[in-house]
Amino acid sequence: MADAALVDPGIAPARPPGWRGIVTDWSSDQRAFKNVSWGKAMMWIFLLSDTFIFSCFLLSYMTVRMSTTVPWPNPSKVFALHIGGVEIPLILIAIMTFILISSSGTMAMAVNYGYRHDRVKSAVLMLVTAAFGATFVGMQGFEWTKLIMEGVRPWGNPWGADQFGSSFFMITGFHGTHVTIGVIFLIIISRKVLRGDFDREARGFFTSRKGHYEIVEIMGLYWHFVDLVWVFIFALFYLW
Amino acid sequence: MAQATAQAAAHVEGQQHPIKLYLVVWGWLFVLSTCSYLVDYFGLHGYLRWSLILLFMILKAGLIVAVFMHMAWERLALMYAILVPPVLVLAFVGIMVFESSYTFFTRITFFGAGT
Repeated sequence: MADAALVDPGIAPARPPGWRGIVTDWSSDQRAFKNVSWGKAMMWIFLLSDTFIFSCFLLSYMTVRMSTTVPWPNPSKVFALHIGGVEIPLILIAIMTFILISSSGTMAMAVNYGYRHDRVKSAVLMLVTAAFGATFVGMQGFEWTKLIMEGVRPWGNPWGADQFGSSFFMITGFHGTHVTIGVIFLIIISRKVLRGDFDREARGFFTSRKGHYEIVEIMGLYWHFVDLVWVFIFALFYLW
Repeated sequence: MAQATAQAAAHVEGQQHPIKLYLVVWGWLFVLSTCSYLVDYFGLHGYLRWSLILLFMILKAGLIVAVFMHMAWERLALMYAILVPPVLVLAFVGIMVFESSYTFFTRITFFGAGT
């Protein structure tokens, strides 16, 4: 029962709408997030802290780009690819964007099938998500290799402001790390789903708490966040 | 009694939405991404480019957070706790815009332009 109180959100009491309801929830007994389990609340709070990390990266990028007296390299040209003798601007990044969005779509459906206790569909969709993620990281590896071969370094590059390289490697590198960690966890969780751990409420090796299909949703929160960060990087770094 | 309530709640599990909703959002994300790519492809410039990029970015972010991350169905207490703090980053953006303009100005003044 004590375990259920921690994991099972239970029936949340009704609240007045708007700010009065928020204040009532926050000043109430024991927990502020009434119908949210601790696992989901902590994932949200972790994502909030991660938001600030990426905000700091993008802010420092903005600061160096605004304060440099040397022209910024044109991302449209830097990330162009020659396909069939034609130079298509930014095409690699566009494909990476579509791949990551697709992975978010499959992840959202995996969460849905998880809650319906459809083990096979949920696990397969998570593995498809992981495959999309791995493809994304692979393309990022290709992009890094290409730029390094062309002479981009954290301290300089052939086309303009020196800060381009350091911003690029820092921001995309950190994002790529997040995707990689996500792929690893997707594979771990999909194995658990497939094995039926969450139907048996098997205890996790780390927290020793009973497993629930909510873990798939928590995994989904992390994965959608990775996609969300890419939306900002795509707009602010590649398109600006 | 409390146990019975908890068990009843356990059957109403998680977020249940039709798959179609996710497919529609997925489609919209594709459309919006294509739009923001076309901004670059057609080489739009200046304020038109920047405002379009920001518009598509915010729409995409909103769709992902609201539907994929189920924020639209969460309780107000969680929604505000998570969504309000990032807005404060805008104050930081403002500070750094002033700071970098100042750095740019001193660089132009003391080191000369473009060297």
